[in-house]
Amino acid sequence: MTTRRLVLTRSAALLGAASSGLLLPAHAQSNKIRIGLMLPYTGTFAQLGQACDNGFRMALEEKGNKLGGRDIEYFKVDDESEPSKGVENASKLVQRDKVDVLVGTVHSGVQMGIHKVARETGVLCIIPNAGMHAATRALCAPNVFRTSFTNSQPTLALGKAMMAKGHKKAVWITWKYAAGDEAGEGFKDGYLAAGGTIVKELGLPFPNVEFQALLTEIASIKPDAVACFFSGGGAAKFIRDYAAAGLKGKIPLYGSGFLTEGLLDDELAPAAQGIMTTLHYSTSLATKRNDAFRLAYAKAFKMQPDVYAVQGYDAGQLLLQGAAAVKGDLSNKKALYSAMEAAVIDSPRGQWTMSKAHNPVQDMYLREVKGKENIVLGVAAKALSDSGAGCKLG
Amino acid sequence: MDLANFSIQLLNSVQYGLLLFLLAAGLTLIFGIMGVVNLAHGSFYMLGAYLAYAFTGAWGSLALAVVAGTALSIALGWLLEKILFKHFYHRSHLDQVLLTFGLIYIFEELRSMLWGDDVHSVGIPAWLDWSIKLTETLSYPAYRLFMLAICSALALGLWLLISKTKLGMKIRAGAFNSDMAQAMGVNIVRLHALVFAMGVALAALAGMLIAPLSSVYPYMGSQVLIMCFVVVVIGGIGSVRGALTAALLVGLVDTFGKVLLPQFASMLVYVLMALVLLYKPEGLFKQ
Repeated sequence: MTTRRLVLTRSAALLGAASSGLLLPAHAQSNKIRIGLMLPYTGTFAQLGQACDNGFRMALEEKGNKLGGRDIEYFKVDDESEPSKGVENASKLVQRDKVDVLVGTVHSGVQMGIHKVARETGVLCIIPNAGMHAATRALCAPNVFRTSFTNSQPTLALGKAMMAKGHKKAVWITWKYAAGDEAGEGFKDGYLAAGGTIVKELGLPFPNVEFQALLTEIASIKPDAVACFFSGGGAAKFIRDYAAAGLKGKIPLYGSGFLTEGLLDDELAPAAQGIMTTLHYSTSLATKRNDAFRLAYAKAFKMQPDVYAVQGYDAGQLLLQGAAAVKGDLSNKKALYSAMEAAVIDSPRGQWTMSKAHNPVQDMYLREVKGKENIVLGVAAKALSDSGAGCKLG
Repeated sequence: MDLANFSIQLLNSVQYGLLLFLLAAGLTLIFGIMGVVNLAHGSFYMLGAYLAYAFTGAWGSLALAVVAGTALSIALGWLLEKILFKHFYHRSHLDQVLLTFGLIYIFEELRSMLWGDDVHSVGIPAWLDWSIKLTETLSYPAYRLFMLAICSALALGLWLLISKTKLGMKIRAGAFNSDMAQAMGVNIVRLHALVFAMGVALAALAGMLIAPLSSVYPYMGSQVLIMCFVVVVIGGIGSVRGALTAALLVGLVDTFGKVLLPQFASMLVYVLMALVLLYKPEGLFKQ
C-alpha cells in the first residue's frame, strides 16, 4: 500500500515538475538575461513600486532593451509590501524563474527578506528604494547594490543647513520604528557635528498620527527649529497639525525630503509653505539632464516622475553599465561587480558614484516648499556618503 | 510642566479620549448586546472618512457630507445586519472573527476601487478654519474645539438614550439577558438591527469628523481598531459608561505618556490594560 502510494505521489511530483519546466534542459531557458522585478504593485506603496518599475524599464528602453548586447526578459512579482512573504517571493524569482538579477524593493521589511535570499544564493540584487542601514552596513554583500539612499543619509545633511540659519537648539520628532530611528541617527550625527544641540527627542509609535500632545510640548519648549522624519499619509497629517497648532511661521520645520515628497496637493500645500527638507532629488531640479528625463518620462507614462522613478531609472543605468563591461556575461561576477562599483551614474539627480559598501555617494539638496513644489535652494551636502559602518567590502 | 501647558495637555487628552469613545461605543454595544466580535468596526471608520472626502469634494460642504454620510452608514449597518450579521449571533467567536476579518478586506478593496490607494485630505470648513491663541507659540485649532463639543454632545446624548429612555432600557435589558428580554416582549430582532446600525453610524461619524484633522488613507481603520478594543476591554464589554471612562483614561495615559515618558509611550496604554485586567478581569464596569 505504502509503496503504491509512494509511486503515485512520486509520479505526480514528476508530472508537476515537467509541466513547470523544471525538468527541461537548462539551455531551454534561452539566451535572454532574466530580470526579476520584485516591487509593491498593490497596497499602500503601489505607486512607489510602479514608479521604480517605470524608471527601470525606461533606462533599458533607451538602450534598445539590451544588456551588453543580449536581449532581456522580465519576471514580475508583487511583494505587496508584506515582510512575511519577503523570503518566499524573492526565492520564487531566484529558484523558479532563475533570474540573473533581482531588482527590489520599496519596503525595508521586505528588503530584509530579499537580502537574506541574495546573500544565500549570491544573485545580483539592486535596491531601488528601501533605505534600511543593514543592507549596506553590517550585512553588506558583494552582490547587493543600492541606487537610492540609506535612511540616515537625507537627515545627515540637515544639520549644516539648520546651523547656517542660526537654529542652534532643535527638537527631533519621528515615529519609533526602524526607519525613524535610523533617520534620527543621521540627524543627530549631522546636527551635533555642526554644533547644534538637540533639546528633546519626541516620538510616537508607527504609524500613530495623534500628534497634538507632542505639538503642545514643542510649543512649550520653544526650540529654534524642529526637525522630523515622517512619510506618506502620516507626513501629510503632521504638516497640517503643525500649521493648525500655530507653530508654522514661528518655529521653522525641517525634515527628510520624504516629508513633502509626492504630497503637495491643493489641500496640503498652504500648510506646507516654507518647510525645508533635504533629499537627493527634486523634480524642480533645473538641469538639462533632469529636464530631458522629465520630458521623456512624462511622454512614456503620461505622468510626472518622482524620486522613486529616478531611483528605478538609476538601477537600470547601473545594470547597463555593469552588463556593458562584461559584454552581457553576467556570470562573470568579479568583473561585473567591479564595473558596477566603479560606475559613474549620470542621473537626473546629478552625477553619483558607488561607495565601498555599495550605496550612492551623492549630493543632498536643500529644498523649500513654495507653491506645490519642492524648490531647490542649493546643495546642502556635496557628495554625501553613508558611513557604511560595519561593512568589510572594498 | 507649568499650569498652562498642563491644562492644554489635559484638553488634548479629553479631546482624544472622546473621539476614542465615539468609536468604541459602537463596538462595545455590538459586542455586549449581540455578542459579535466585530473586527470590521475600523472599516466603518475608514469608510466614514472616505465618504467625507468624496462628498465634500462633490458638494463643497462638510456639514452636508456628514449628514449624507451618516444616513448612508445607518443604511449600510442595517443592511449588513439583515444580510450577514444576524446569522452569526449564535455562531462561535471564531466564525465571527473570520467573517469580520473578511469584511475588512472587502471594504478595503471597495475603497481601492472607488477612491484608489492615495492619501487624501479634506478641507476644514471655512467658518471653523481659525485658531485660538493660547500661548505665545501655541494656538488651538477651532475645529478641534468644535469636535470636542460634538463628541461631548454625542456622549451625553448616548448616555441619556441608554439610561433615561425606554429604548435605552430595552438595549440594557438586551445586553443583560437577551432571551429574558425577548420573553418580556422586547422585539429583539429589530433592536439588534437598530443597535448595529447605530454602532456603524457612530464609527463612520468618528471617521467623518476626524477626516479634516487627519488625512484620509488606506487601512486607517486597522490602526484605530486595536485602540478601540483596548478601550472596550478596559471599560467592560457592553458598558457604554465603561467605554467612556476607559476612553478618557486611555486619552490621559496616551497624551501624558507621550510627553513625560516618550521612551515608553507606545506601551503605557497596554500596561494600563494589563493592570485593569489584573485587578478587574471583567473591566471597570461589567454589565
